[in-house]
Amino acid sequence: MTDAPNHREVVVTGMGVITPAGRGVADAWDGVRSAKPAAAIDQTLASEGAPVTLACRVPAFDADAELGRGASRRLDRFTHLALIAAFEALEQAGLRDATTGEPASQAVDWDRVGVLLGSGIGGAETWASEYASFHERGPARTSPMFIPKMLSNTAAGMISIRSGARGPNMTVNTACAAGASAIHLGRDLIRSGQADVVIVGGVEAGITTLAVSAFAQMGALSRNDDPTTASRPFDVARDGFVMGEGAGILVLESASHAQARGAVALARVAGCGASADAHHQTAPPEDGAGAVLAMRRALADAGVEPSAVGHVNAHGTSTPLNDAAEAGALGVVFGDHLGEVAVTSTKGVTGHLLGAAGAVEAVFAIQALRDGVIPPTAGLRDVDPAIPLDLVVGEARPVVGLTHALSNSFGFGGQNASLLFATA
Amino acid sequence: MAQDHTTTLFAILTDTFAVPVDELTPSATFESLGLDSLDLVEITLILDEQLGVKLEDADLEDIVTLADAIAAIDAKQVLA
Repeated sequence: MTDAPNHREVVVTGMGVITPAGRGVADAWDGVRSAKPAAAIDQTLASEGAPVTLACRVPAFDADAELGRGASRRLDRFTHLALIAAFEALEQAGLRDATTGEPASQAVDWDRVGVLLGSGIGGAETWASEYASFHERGPARTSPMFIPKMLSNTAAGMISIRSGARGPNMTVNTACAAGASAIHLGRDLIRSGQADVVIVGGVEAGITTLAVSAFAQMGALSRNDDPTTASRPFDVARDGFVMGEGAGILVLESASHAQARGAVALARVAGCGASADAHHQTAPPEDGAGAVLAMRRALADAGVEPSAVGHVNAHGTSTPLNDAAEAGALGVVFGDHLGEVAVTSTKGVTGHLLGAAGAVEAVFAIQALRDGVIPPTAGLRDVDPAIPLDLVVGEARPVVGLTHALSNSFGFGGQNASLLFATA
Repeated sequence: MAQDHTTTLFAILTDTFAVPVDELTPSATFESLGLDSLDLVEITLILDEQLGVKLEDADLEDIVTLADAIAAIDAKQVLA
């Protein structure tokens, strides 16, 4: 790797998550390794008559107590999740004082710190509640906070407001690939010299009766009532995903910048690949051709052969079409090496975090690299015989010499992202 | 009348805006309570709903303290 400004090596120096598997990287990582599905009957969905009532919620939190008075009123739930994860990531990166919560002003030039987040929906709860109020009470009672709460770029804006980061600040939407796309584009901001540090990640808080009903109408959600097997990626009986919510935030930084300030590199962002299916509004092509392109581009970007990859954190949503297409794509990319790639989908535990999935799963892929352990696919009992992958089933699998892990994310619209991480 | 409006405003600030009771004094500014112009608009919507008092943009320009807001509400109700 060279230190030329247009091709700088980028490392991860901080990570934070709030997921249905647990809050904080340590707890969430424990949660996915123990393979205990987080799905449960959601009381809101049940009371509002949603056609599917299983969902994966994050652990409860008090937004006003943690994020300041007015947070619950002025900020949507998705922004709460993003801030909670961002504070953890910034603290690990040494960019936030653990005691006072204040940004560490001397650690970096905050004018050179960017924010790039992904979200599929943005302020879903705010949309739903404000629209209900609009019908009930009329236009004159519309809240002036509706737009600033709901806009999907608000989470990225609030991270800047709370940290003082004045670099490029944006939000990308590639639906269920948004968290991964944000990591890709954030990495590129560093490579192109537009920032030294970029706070990247994905966030989603879309478990509303409206969204769940709509996903159910599409046939995308599992109708299985058993919370332990409703989300069962790659299982022969899989019948859809379970809605999840959460946020994953990573602090990306040029390797030279991290080294200069003494920050510990947790992993390297070795390669990023993006593609489109050019096929259908929601369904992947059966041969997973778009996914193949994304994975090959990530490998090429890193200058790495497929044989170097020992682990894939699959998109693995538990829908019949996704898992079959992704398995086929992995077969094309890895060919003769397919048997040497341990594949898992952590969505068996977390459900599908939509726009947050790519970032949360990037964190899990990095944890697998750091710990040399690959979590099992929860919910998976009988592997689909048409899926010839080396799936991690039952117990977490220790691995030796794991150097590269790939994380896949695919969004509606046929938007694909693949990220390759390497040991630091 | 003024006492009623004080009670109404303070109740809105505690119930909807989670302002601690001990911070509610007539001389307190909205800014010191962490409330901005968007919050002030939200407050006017609630006042309209609860009292039928419509504070206009021109009224809001002069409101800095809670006492200012109470005086503005008083003036509106006298006129009505």
